[in-house]
Amino acid sequence: MADMLFTAEGVTKRFGGVTALDNVSMQIPRGSIFGLIGPNGAGKTTFFNTLTGLYQVDEGKFLFDGKPLNVKAPHEVAQVGIARTFQNIRLFGEMTVLENVMVGRHVRTKAGAFGAIFRTPSARREEAEIEQRAHELLAYIDLSKRAGDKSRTLAYGEQRRLEIARALATDPKMVALDEPAAGMNATETVTLRTLIERIANDGTTVMLIEHDMRLVMNVCQHIVVLDYGKKIADGTPSQIQKDPAVIKAYLGGAHAEVGAKA
Amino acid sequence: MAKLMQLKQDKRTQMVWFVALGVLILILPFLAGMLGQAWVRILNVTLLYVMLALGLNVVVGVAGLLDLGYVAFYAVGAYTWSLLASAHFNLHYPFWVLLPLGACLAALAGLMLGAPVLKLRGDYLAIVTLGFGEIVRILMNNFDKVGLPWSDETYNITNGPRGITGIDGLNLFGLDLRKGLDVSGFNVSGFNVSGLQLYYFVFLAFAILSVIGVYRLQHSRLGRAWQALREDEIAAKAMGINTRNIKLAAFGFGALTGGLAGGLFASMQGFVSPESFGLLESIMILAMVVLGGMGHIPGVILGAVLLSAMPEVIRYAADENVQQKIFGVVLIAPEVLRNLIFSLALILIMLFKPQGLWPSPEKK
Repeated sequence: MADMLFTAEGVTKRFGGVTALDNVSMQIPRGSIFGLIGPNGAGKTTFFNTLTGLYQVDEGKFLFDGKPLNVKAPHEVAQVGIARTFQNIRLFGEMTVLENVMVGRHVRTKAGAFGAIFRTPSARREEAEIEQRAHELLAYIDLSKRAGDKSRTLAYGEQRRLEIARALATDPKMVALDEPAAGMNATETVTLRTLIERIANDGTTVMLIEHDMRLVMNVCQHIVVLDYGKKIADGTPSQIQKDPAVIKAYLGGAHAEVGAKA
Repeated sequence: MAKLMQLKQDKRTQMVWFVALGVLILILPFLAGMLGQAWVRILNVTLLYVMLALGLNVVVGVAGLLDLGYVAFYAVGAYTWSLLASAHFNLHYPFWVLLPLGACLAALAGLMLGAPVLKLRGDYLAIVTLGFGEIVRILMNNFDKVGLPWSDETYNITNGPRGITGIDGLNLFGLDLRKGLDVSGFNVSGFNVSGLQLYYFVFLAFAILSVIGVYRLQHSRLGRAWQALREDEIAAKAMGINTRNIKLAAFGFGALTGGLAGGLFASMQGFVSPESFGLLESIMILAMVVLGGMGHIPGVILGAVLLSAMPEVIRYAADENVQQKIFGVVLIAPEVLRNLIFSLALILIMLFKPQGLWPSPEKK
């Protein structure tokens, strides 16, 4: 049994009468790239929001890095070591590219108002470290040239990469990417794929929530498929591709729709 | 090489401008004094507005929390000084007790406002803060007859709408600033430094300290967290920022500066009344921040200087005599014309410079 970084055990989440997540379990090996897929409304985002503290689970539990994941507020998640990006990019638009990444260091640093106003030696040292680390991360995603620009001036693909760098700045054990390839062109997706593989190679586990099947099948070592809040498949990309339940959930629906239109 | 020379040249011109500005700021009260002490007072009030605008800038410009009741903190600072250094209670504490105390009480008021509005944003936040500002003003207005449930006696705390008079001036090392400084003994006959001119330099010192403090805060870990909060609260939380704490910090620091300015105001004016701390005042300070350039310190200072000096300058320009000369008759009452020109100027600035007069640069 491989070393598991993240485990979900029988997670259930209900909204009134709707069971958005129904007894979902999964395991993510440390250092792997893990895919979470499913048709629209399958419960991917709900799962994600429960994991990141936005909702509390009704039943079941999460284990992260050997300990129960017990987050009461969204800001505690980064502290524990899970960083995320957003489906609809959420950068700090009026801040520079460098500052965006520097914000990511917030959770691993501690200088307060006193240190800021009096520029104490420790605060200055920390500030220099933050800046240096941010520059390293910008080099990592190949955005050093734009360090001083406001982040809203970046191209779409660059914004996606910056969001990933900002997430990495929190020194996460696992980074969760919510549809990072959405809206990207083919070249941008290839760059993204290389980046994701590099992040995993450098030791950070990646959880990928994605619609782009080619990306998921190419990059993930392990995939879980959700449909109507239930886990319908769990395995390697080749297993998933052959799984009849998955084909039904995805292609069956699509075929039916095409048929109805014709 | 030529580029390097250019850069050196730029640095040098910049330095020259900087020194020139510094000299101007230092001799300004004496230049204004030649026109009359009323102009020195206008300069002093401008410096107070610079402090207020900088404080509000932390809350509105940097952290993005719209605050329409900011003047309440100014009032807390002013009343702290007034009550504890006047004939009202016959208390006369020194400035080094009162200024920090006033600032801390204002900061406390800031936290008290901050705590219940943590979950509010935008318009909703604006309404609650507006209410808070009014509550403080109304308290000042009505705390002249405070009754206790177990006795019939009432206590006069704030002297109500009549305000507090006979407030002590700032006493620095035995020198009462209001009395001014007589330097004729140094054989410079007829040259006096008036009390208001002395106040100018004290206010200037505090304004410079505020600029440094706010600048350093803004360019720190906390300042970045504030900006992140302003830009996107959800993303800020996902980055592990405890938004509750930093919101409270923003309200606290903004209020601190306001309280400091309030104490200084009371010490110069010698008289405070609730009338000085109305909603219009809050809106004026907000306008300084917005018109100057939210979140950009030089812009905010420019906004404060322009908006506090402009009405006074227009007051002279919109004089009856001027109209008499141009049109032969007085067409519009000077006071009406003054407000008209002022509002028009604000509208024009917002039309042509929606980001403010001096917004933060696109590239750093």
